[in-house]
This record gives sequence, structure tokens and C-alpha cells, in this order.
Amino acid sequence: MGIIRLLSQLLLVCSLFWPGFAQAQVEDTEAQQLLTALADSSFAEKKAVVNRIASSGDERARGWLESFASNKLARIESSGQFIIVTDNRGRDWTVQSALTGENLGEFSRRDIDTVRVNNALRGELEDILSVIDLKSPDQSSRLTAARALKGSVDSALAERVPGLIDSEQSEPVRAALTEALAIYRVAEQGDLAAVETLSGSLNSQARAALQQAMRSDDPALVAAATKAMDSIEQKLTLNRAAETLYFGLSMGSVLVLAAIGLAITFGVMGVINMAHGELIMLGAYTTWGMQQLLPGQPGLALILSIPAGFLVAALAGVVIERTVIQYLKGRPLETLLATFGVSLILQQLVRTVVSPLNRTVITPEWMSGSVMINEALSLTLNRLYVIGFALVVFAGLMLIMRKTRLGLEVRAVTQNRAMARSMGIRATRVDILTFALGSGVAGLAGVALSQITNVGPNLGQSYIIDSFMVVVFGGVGNLWGTLLAGLTLGTINQLLEPWVGAVLAKIMVLVMIILFIQKRPRGLFPQKGRAAEG
Amino acid sequence: MWLTRPLAERSTRTFLGVLFAALVIVTVLHVFTPQDSALHVSAYTVTLLGKYLCYALLAVAVDLVWGYLGILSLGHGAFFALGGYAMGMYLMRQIGDRGTYGDPVLPDFMVFLNWQELPWYWLGFDMAWFAFAMVLLAPGLLALVFGFLAFRSRVTGVYLSIITQALTFALMLAFFRNEMGFGGNNGLTDFRDILGFNLRTDATRLGLFLATGVALAIGFVICRGIVTSKLGRVAVACRDAEARTRFLGYRVERVQLFVFVISAMLAGVAGALYVPQVGIINPSEFSPLFSIEIVVWVALGGRATLYGAVIGAVLVNYAKTVLTGVMPDAWLFALGGLFVLVTVFLPKGIAGLVFKPKKAAAPANNPDSQEATV
Repeated sequence: MGIIRLLSQLLLVCSLFWPGFAQAQVEDTEAQQLLTALADSSFAEKKAVVNRIASSGDERARGWLESFASNKLARIESSGQFIIVTDNRGRDWTVQSALTGENLGEFSRRDIDTVRVNNALRGELEDILSVIDLKSPDQSSRLTAARALKGSVDSALAERVPGLIDSEQSEPVRAALTEALAIYRVAEQGDLAAVETLSGSLNSQARAALQQAMRSDDPALVAAATKAMDSIEQKLTLNRAAETLYFGLSMGSVLVLAAIGLAITFGVMGVINMAHGELIMLGAYTTWGMQQLLPGQPGLALILSIPAGFLVAALAGVVIERTVIQYLKGRPLETLLATFGVSLILQQLVRTVVSPLNRTVITPEWMSGSVMINEALSLTLNRLYVIGFALVVFAGLMLIMRKTRLGLEVRAVTQNRAMARSMGIRATRVDILTFALGSGVAGLAGVALSQITNVGPNLGQSYIIDSFMVVVFGGVGNLWGTLLAGLTLGTINQLLEPWVGAVLAKIMVLVMIILFIQKRPRGLFPQKGRAAEG
Repeated sequence: MWLTRPLAERSTRTFLGVLFAALVIVTVLHVFTPQDSALHVSAYTVTLLGKYLCYALLAVAVDLVWGYLGILSLGHGAFFALGGYAMGMYLMRQIGDRGTYGDPVLPDFMVFLNWQELPWYWLGFDMAWFAFAMVLLAPGLLALVFGFLAFRSRVTGVYLSIITQALTFALMLAFFRNEMGFGGNNGLTDFRDILGFNLRTDATRLGLFLATGVALAIGFVICRGIVTSKLGRVAVACRDAEARTRFLGYRVERVQLFVFVISAMLAGVAGALYVPQVGIINPSEFSPLFSIEIVVWVALGGRATLYGAVIGAVLVNYAKTVLTGVMPDAWLFALGGLFVLVTVFLPKGIAGLVFKPKKAAAPANNPDSQEATV
């Protein structure tokens, strides 16, 4: 019984597959015929064969034509089997079957007969290939092909594009095709109606076409092209401004991340922690360490590094507070010197234990790449994440300082230590926790920085002066001030950069802050009331 | 007169005596002992000691503002480097057509960068008197402008420290740029001679060493003179209770500005003497790390003693020479540890440990001083 049932099922399976199998056989003889025709016909006839292949609807047609155009379609002399050469260096060429895609190993190049192509055919092929792409059932590949067409439409293609536009279902593809066609018409034919289509386009080819039209003899065309160009320029300026703003915000959010921990330790506790930069560095190294522990899963490692980086830096902060800072209470200049010593030790520790060289931190896939807003503006994803992360960290800190018991105690101890203690607040414990919080946030900054900058022993040093500048500029003891100062400084820096270069922009910002401090020694948002005196 | 008064003090006499004894001993050992003798001091050592003396003068300058004025400058390296660059520019012009490219006017790096003519700020540096005046004027002018702005708006304490650090950082970035016309990354080097003496001969090196010693002595006496004068006592008052001094009717910002500018000029002189001895000046002298290192020399030696600064500078730099030679990795650990240990356990430095400083000279730690510094 069992055996019979098994056999019948087997039969059923075979019968199901049989027709398909037969079908493939039929197609392959057809394909073999097409390719043979291509190989054996003269150059004049080849064009027709190519068109037949293109319109055959065969999925492999694109691959054949592509390899044909690049001299890689060939036939094995002895068997007449068509192949695609994948590696044509040296005496033996690596080949695969053109029909099945199966790897056939190496053949001596003497046994291989390449299907010959000439330049006229190659030009022809390019158009045909793009038309094949434009007919592809996949919408995104149609869109890519349509975009690639901008500026590369020629007279032959221009005849086919209108038909494609009519049969196209998807709106963005149709728009791209219309634009591509309009670029051709404006540039080559000086078509007045097409100029209208191009006004507002951000494509560089469209601008080139319009510039060509502006040089023509027809005054109406020149006027229309100039008008279209103006509207494009306006749009471009807007986009460039948006891009600068984005870079500024991104740089600003990095500054905010680096400085916000300092705003807690320096601003709220009044402790100058020159080792703050090195705590950032520890956070970055934690990310690297996590990725070493979880090889192959950079994304998971990165997410786990957020709490890990916080803990490592917070722990280091507690050690620094207990061993050094607590003995230097009320002596800010000495604290500055001592913590600077700590920063040197931490730097050298990383150099000795890990390596003096930069470490590579992998950016997970979901963080790389960019979001394309339009053809002139695209936002890199990792920076977008950092901006978001900075805002989340800021909001979190704000909540802790405003809404929790710890925040209340911190503010109480800051304002009047003796009074707070007599109300039963354990000031020492508050000191430790606050310092741990500030340090932990530095660790978070390090995790974020590992995604956009080199992770090395000097990472912290390059941020410490900037961070202090942000805190001082924003007004000591004011988290909102830090946020605003960081974003402002980042944006100003980015605004200056195209004018004067990166280094000079940085110098100018520093000089600006130095001058600003003269004018408002207590920053943008000075503390008011009794807490400010001191 | 205020300059001769210190010469009557016992402590100053002791310091000058020790310094001159050291200069004489080194000279004698260098010149009159045979090369292979165990007592012989090589030309290399003489230059090394000369370098220490430059650092000592720089430390004295920092001690003047930090110890007696209460201003923790984290940017004195900038004044030092500016003095050094002024001297370096003079030495560059002295090379003349003996450079690699043989251009009689343009220094090698300008020829390399295809510059056609000398920038205006290089004019005059072929004359020694002008260059030596710039050694004093360049740092002095920077200190004057910076100090005027800062002290007028009463930026003190930690804020001042941080913006002095930003100042030297900004200057470092600026001098790294080739367009600035100071040799960019490589700085100024390949010097030939100074005032007609070949820099590579032992005699010139010894001469520079002795000149540095004399400069240190003069600088020390000037500082001591300022400190013991009435102005010096007002400065100490500013340090301990700035607001109170102001209420008593003193123009605190003028005192601060004066002392700050003098200190910057001394630092410039130290830099100018440093450059011909080490043979190079580059933007790394502007690095914030160097400036803060100077402060730890002073802290180790003992703040507000002047001679402590000299002791600290020589000790730390000797340790640096030894340690970086034996195990380079350990140096930053040692330096970092020094920062922590000195501030936590040795607030008065070696001077406070060995000698008993007079009560008035030590920085008071009363509530008023905190009010002024926080």
C-alpha cells in the first residue's frame, strides 16, 4: 500500500514538472537558434538579429546583449555551445554557459570563438539595452533605467520613448521619461514646448540642455530657457541651503552630544572634567569591542553598545570622581589640571592596551546609504541617525533633571549644598551619581561618534575644546543653552566652510567665541539669581 | 629702584648664585675636560641643558601670572611659539642663498610653494634688531589685545583658562596652514647661523646656553622685582580677592593686563632662545598639551615661588628626556600621574615640601578667592 502511494505521488510530481521541462527545452532551441544567427550573420544583418533577441521576451536576453556589446559572448568551436566569458585574462578563460548560466570552468582561448561586434552595433546595443530595462516588469529597475536615460537619449531612442511613456503605468517612471525626452528635444531640436517641462528640474543634464538653448538664435526660445533656468537656480539655491543646514545640524548634534555630558558635570556640578573627551573615546572603543565580541552582527553590537558604552564611561567617571575629584572640591583650577592628567593616562592606556592605530567600527547596513529627497539633495543616513540620537539623549537628560528625584536633588545640592544636606540629601551620593550620569552621556556620545569619525586614542582630544566652547557659549548650567549653542556653532561652521575652508572656518568660530565671551562672559543664557553668584 | 631691590634679597641671591655656579661648572667641564673624560659635558648635553633653561624661563613667566595673579593661562605656549617664530624668521632670512633652491630672498618652503615674493610680514626680519624687537612685540601685542578684551569684561578663573586654551588651539590650526606663510606643518628649520656665528659649532652652542642662563637670571630678577613691588602686592590681592581689591579702588584689569603682557614677553624670549638651540620651530609648540604641561612644571615646583617654577621645569623635562629614551610608552602615564599627584597631594609643590615659604606668598584658600575663581 505504502509503496504504491509513494510511487503514485512520485508520478504526480513528475507529471507536474514535465511540461515545464519540455517548455524550457523548446525555448533553449529557440535561444540557440537566435544566438547562432547572431554569430553567423554579417554586421549588416546582426542589427536585425539583435532586435529579434531584444523582442524575444527572454529573461536572459539582457545578459546576452550586454556581453555581446563588451566582446564577451562567444562560442566554443568544437561543440557550438554559446558561452559568456567571465574572466578573459591569461591564456585560459573562465566561461559560463550562455543558456543555463552554469559554470563551465576554463577553456583555452584558442578553442573559443568570440561573437564579433563593431562600434556601430555597440551604439545600437546601448539603446536597445535601455529599452529592455524600460520594459522590465520590475518598477524600480524601470525607474533607474528611466533616470539613467536623462541626457543620453539620441534620435533613434527619441522615437521610441513617446510610445514607452504612453504604455507606462507608474507615475514617477513616466515623469522621468518625459524629462529625458524633453532634455533631448530642448538640446537637439530647440523645442519650445519642452522647455516648459524642464523648468524646475534639478537634473544637471536638464541644466546643460537649457544652457544650450540659451545660446540659440531664436529669441523666444532664449527667453523661455532663461526663465526656466532662473526657476531652476532658485530651486537649487534653496536645496543648497537645505543641504548646508543639514550638515550644520548634523555637526551641531555631534557637538551637542559631546558637550551635553560636560554641561552636567561642568555646568551643574561646577567640576571641570578635562578627561571628558577620553570618556567619549571609551564609549567609541566600547562599540568597537562589542563588534569584536559579536562578529558578523554589527547592527546588534551597535545597539548593545548604547547601554554598554553608557555603563563603561559612567563607571570610569565614578572611579575618577572617587579617586581624584572629591579631594579637589572648590578648587576648580586644580581639578582642571588633575583631570587633564587623567585624560593623558586614559589615552596612553588605550594606546598601550588596544593599539595606537585607529580601529575600524563597522556601520551596519541599515545606517549606511542615504535618503534621496530630490536629484540635488540627499541626506546621509548615519548622520540622520546621529541627529535623532542627540535629540533623544537631550530629551532623556532633560527628563531626568526635571522630573526625577535625582534631578531634584542635583539641583538642590548645586544651589545650596549645606542647606540640601541639612534637608537630608546625601550630597556625596548625589555627586557620584551626577558625575556618573555626565560621564555616561559622554560614553553615549562616543557610541554615536564611532559611526561618523575615526576611532583612535586621539578621538577625545579633538572634541574637548569644542565641547567646552559649546558649554561656555550656551551658558554654564543650562541644558537648553547647550543644545542651542551646539546647533548654532555647527551651522555657523558649515556656513563658513565653503567660503574659507574647513580649518579657517574652525579658527573663525573659535575667535568668534572668544570675542563673544568678552561681550557676554556668562554665555547665551546666563544663570540668574543667587546660584549665579560665585 | 624696583629692579635692584630683589638683588638685596637672600632668596634671590641664593638662586642667582646657584644658577651662575651651574653655568660656570658646565662651561668649565665642557671646555677644559678632555672628550673621553667621565666629567666631560658634551655639546649635546650643553644644548639639552640650554633647552631646560628656556623651559625654566617659560615656567617663571607662567608662575608670574598663575602664582601671583591667579590667572591660570593654558595658552602660554602660544607666546613661547610666537617668540620662537620671530627668531625662526630671522634665522630663515640669515640662510640667504645657501638654501636647497638657492633663492637669495625667499626661504626654501616658499620657493617650494611657488611663491613669487616675500609676504609683507616677513619684511625686516633680515635685520637682527628688528627680529629681536619682534620677539618681544609679537607675543606682547597678542597678550595686550587678548588681555585687554578679557580683563575688561572680567573674564576670570576657569573661563579664562579655557579661552586661553582655545586661543593657542586656534593659532595652532592657523600655523598648520601653508597659506599662512610660516612653513605650515614643517615649520621653520635648516638654520645656518645667528649674528654671523655658525649654529653648528660647539662654541655657538655654548654661547647660546650661557645667553639663556643670563636671560633666565634677568627674567627672574624682573619677576621678583614686580612681585615685591607695590604693583606685585596689588596683583596678589587681585588673586586672593578680586572683587574686594576692585572695591578698594584699584584698577584690577590694568594690573592684570600689565603683568600678563610682561609674562607673555618673557615667554617670547624663552621661545626665541629655544629655537636656535633645538634647530626647528613648528606649530606643535602651539598645541594645548604643551601649554598645559608648562603649568604642571610650575605646580610641581611650587606655585608662587618663582624658583619653584625653575626647579619644576628642569626636573620634569629631565624626567621626560630620560623616560622617553628608556620607555616611550611610560612618559604619558608618568606625566598624567604627575598632574594628579601634584594637585591632590602636593598643592604647594616641591618648594612647599622642602622649604617653608613665607605665609604671605602662598595662595590663600579663603572663601573670597573662591568667589573670584569659580
